[in-house]
Amino acid sequence: MHLHMMPRITSHYTIFPRDKDPRWEGVEMERFADEADVVIVGGGPAGLSAAIRLKQLAKEQEKELRVCLVEKASQIGAHTLSGACLEPSALNELFPDWKERGAPLNTPVTEDLFSILTEKYRIPVPMLPGLPMNNHGNYIVRLGHFVHWLGEQAEELGVEIYPGYAAAEVLFHEDGSVKGIATNDVGIAKDGSPKDVFERGMELHAKVTLFGEGCHGHLAKQLYRQFNLRENCEPQTYAIGLKELWVIDEKKWRPGRVEHSVGWPLNRNTYGGSFLYHLNEGEPLVALGFVVGLDYTNPYLSPFREFQRWKHHPFVAKTLEGGDRIAYGARALNEGGYQCLPKVTFPGGMLIGCSPGFMNVPKIKGTHTAMKSGMLAAEAIFPKVTAEDPASETAGLHIPEYEDNLKKSWIWKELYAVRNIRPSFHNYFGLYGGMVYTGVFYWILRGKEPWTLKHAGLDSAQLKPAKECTPIEYPKPDGKLSFDLLSSVALSGTNHEGDQPPHLTLKDDSIPVANNLAIYDGPEQRFCPAGVYEYVPLETGEGMRLQINAQNCVHCKTCDIKDPSQNINWVVPEGSGGPAYNGL
Amino acid sequence: MSRVLVGVKRVIDYAVKIRVKPDQSGVVTDGVKHSMNPFCEIAVEEAVKLKEKKFIKEVVAVSCGPSQVTETIRTALAMGCDRGIHVEVSGKDYEAMGPLQISKIFAALAKKEEASLVILGKQAIDDDCNQTGQMTAALLDWPQGTFASEVTIDGETVKVVREIDGGLETIKISMPAVLTADLRLNTPRYATLPNIMKAKKKKIANMKPADLGVDMVSRVEVLRVDEPPTRLAGVKVETVDDLVAKLKANGTI
Repeated sequence: MHLHMMPRITSHYTIFPRDKDPRWEGVEMERFADEADVVIVGGGPAGLSAAIRLKQLAKEQEKELRVCLVEKASQIGAHTLSGACLEPSALNELFPDWKERGAPLNTPVTEDLFSILTEKYRIPVPMLPGLPMNNHGNYIVRLGHFVHWLGEQAEELGVEIYPGYAAAEVLFHEDGSVKGIATNDVGIAKDGSPKDVFERGMELHAKVTLFGEGCHGHLAKQLYRQFNLRENCEPQTYAIGLKELWVIDEKKWRPGRVEHSVGWPLNRNTYGGSFLYHLNEGEPLVALGFVVGLDYTNPYLSPFREFQRWKHHPFVAKTLEGGDRIAYGARALNEGGYQCLPKVTFPGGMLIGCSPGFMNVPKIKGTHTAMKSGMLAAEAIFPKVTAEDPASETAGLHIPEYEDNLKKSWIWKELYAVRNIRPSFHNYFGLYGGMVYTGVFYWILRGKEPWTLKHAGLDSAQLKPAKECTPIEYPKPDGKLSFDLLSSVALSGTNHEGDQPPHLTLKDDSIPVANNLAIYDGPEQRFCPAGVYEYVPLETGEGMRLQINAQNCVHCKTCDIKDPSQNINWVVPEGSGGPAYNGL
Repeated sequence: MSRVLVGVKRVIDYAVKIRVKPDQSGVVTDGVKHSMNPFCEIAVEEAVKLKEKKFIKEVVAVSCGPSQVTETIRTALAMGCDRGIHVEVSGKDYEAMGPLQISKIFAALAKKEEASLVILGKQAIDDDCNQTGQMTAALLDWPQGTFASEVTIDGETVKVVREIDGGLETIKISMPAVLTADLRLNTPRYATLPNIMKAKKKKIANMKPADLGVDMVSRVEVLRVDEPPTRLAGVKVETVDDLVAKLKANGTI
């Protein structure tokens, strides 16, 4: 194979350091630095709840506290994507007066349906109280709008929020504790050289830094290695969730109705299912989507195309017929639960929210636990950062009380109770075995069984070689219910500055063709919900090369998770890039 | 040494897919990603460059609209403008606001601030009007250098190289003048975080159009907004005769 004919793909400085790069000689690399008491990475439910709680405590106890929050999206909520049925437990604690404050919880759940789908039919499953998915008392929300509202509450309390600036680097004190973060540099050309408009990012130093990057954060990935946070837990397992918003025919609109299904089009050994929620915000709007466990084994599987063909099921099609699709997006989510919880505190920092992963998978909810984890972090931090003498061994504060408080909280009880449901799918009967297990052990015993089942291991190690698998015949999109990938990506509003190094970095540019394509038929072409990865013929000679369309990326993190070669390392692009979700 | 007024408009981000409101009165803007109009970014960059070259002393960023436009003004301040003016317009007035009303506001502000230059983007990417700069100059009875791809100040005159159909035109105009920025004028700098933080300390003055003696009444009423018709599939023909027959059949020839 003629490697010299392959155009170089990766040019990012995390793979090719600039101190050895002659194009960077003489370029000013000093960074402006500022100090805060607490710096929070990520403006999602966890990060914002932590910020809010810190400022609430500061107000109560009349102390001054500088809290800075950085978020890579251009506005708070623009990178937020979720179903979502919100359990208001954490919100009730954070803002008992959320209704008066105008929180956008406009759709109480009125109907809860669960089905097993076959290709043509639907088997209803009774949604008994006590089953994890029962949604009584919950609200269907557009999480992006809810997060935006949280951002407004945070700003009112004096949190400094900086959307459009990504945390690109973790900074360390000499003693190895976390000192803070640095935001992304700007003005680097696609080939990795400095442009005229090049400027260094800024350093934000803090006594303690909270990392709330959401599922599979790129800085968290680094912190796990640095501080050995995962030595006593299983590797995290994930799913990909794809979502659309539809304006449907008013006659079919049932505000407050929640529908979930399992079964078709997935086979019994591929974990996943669908959701369809009828919102009640004026327009006949439904939020719908499809989740596929990333431990799937067939490299020919395309989560996007499973989603598109699911919509043709008679039970789903009848709701969508005559409607208009107005939004699309995708994001990876955690599935590991209790068994995969890492250590969450380390000198100078802590992990909150979906980053360590507090999602209750059978309940299909992670927002309430993410918020609660942020609040618990704030409550553990506050006395330490406002103390005259924090009595810390390291320059960056180590606050293990956060982890202790988590273990005493309802998050822990909840996750412990449902810990065996997801792994119970790893049996010969797959889906059906899992459902039997849930029915018997969870519904009756509430997770009190003395054993803890294990997951199957790393998602990236689950793919079978392509030659052992059968390609899946997906139907062509009809342009009315189902759509092609590129028109879907356009609806996500995603965009990035074109002239920057691709942020989907490869440790080794030769591996995609040598390994991913050769053995697995290039699964990244199918699991990326945004068409970033394409194998195209070489311009000269025989063979293929990988083309990375970084501009399409919707920041879902699936590639970093599922790449069988674990060669892809997702890093942040220039801030403000990425999807422009509006209430997803 | 003089003062420059720069106009910045908050528009729906160019990468976002627009959706027409169900009542067809306009497009959906709630919660949609907005950013500074790209041509306004170029205008700000040019003004800041002129200040860095010491041709002008102060750059004032101006935006008209509801409270959200202050974010756009902050970005301009972070790029190097000295202070901002937020002309509050909201509700029906904001929906009906167009080049005529904006140019009246800018003309009034240019006189009030004793500006030597008003620099605007050549057009906004939402309405594509390409009128505000020209109207502002007319109201002020000032010379205009529109579609500028190069601006050079020489004493009391400005040399402007303009992009025109077929090439470039170089003109010399006296100050005070109105300039509108075209794509190739410059590459705007990024608004970096330290500058955003510093910009929080810069002043943004608030005022209403009435304070400037401007009446916002619009002479244009939007009757209806539609999506473009769905593109129909083309038809392939085998021969030229087929083509002619088809064109005759649908009345084209």
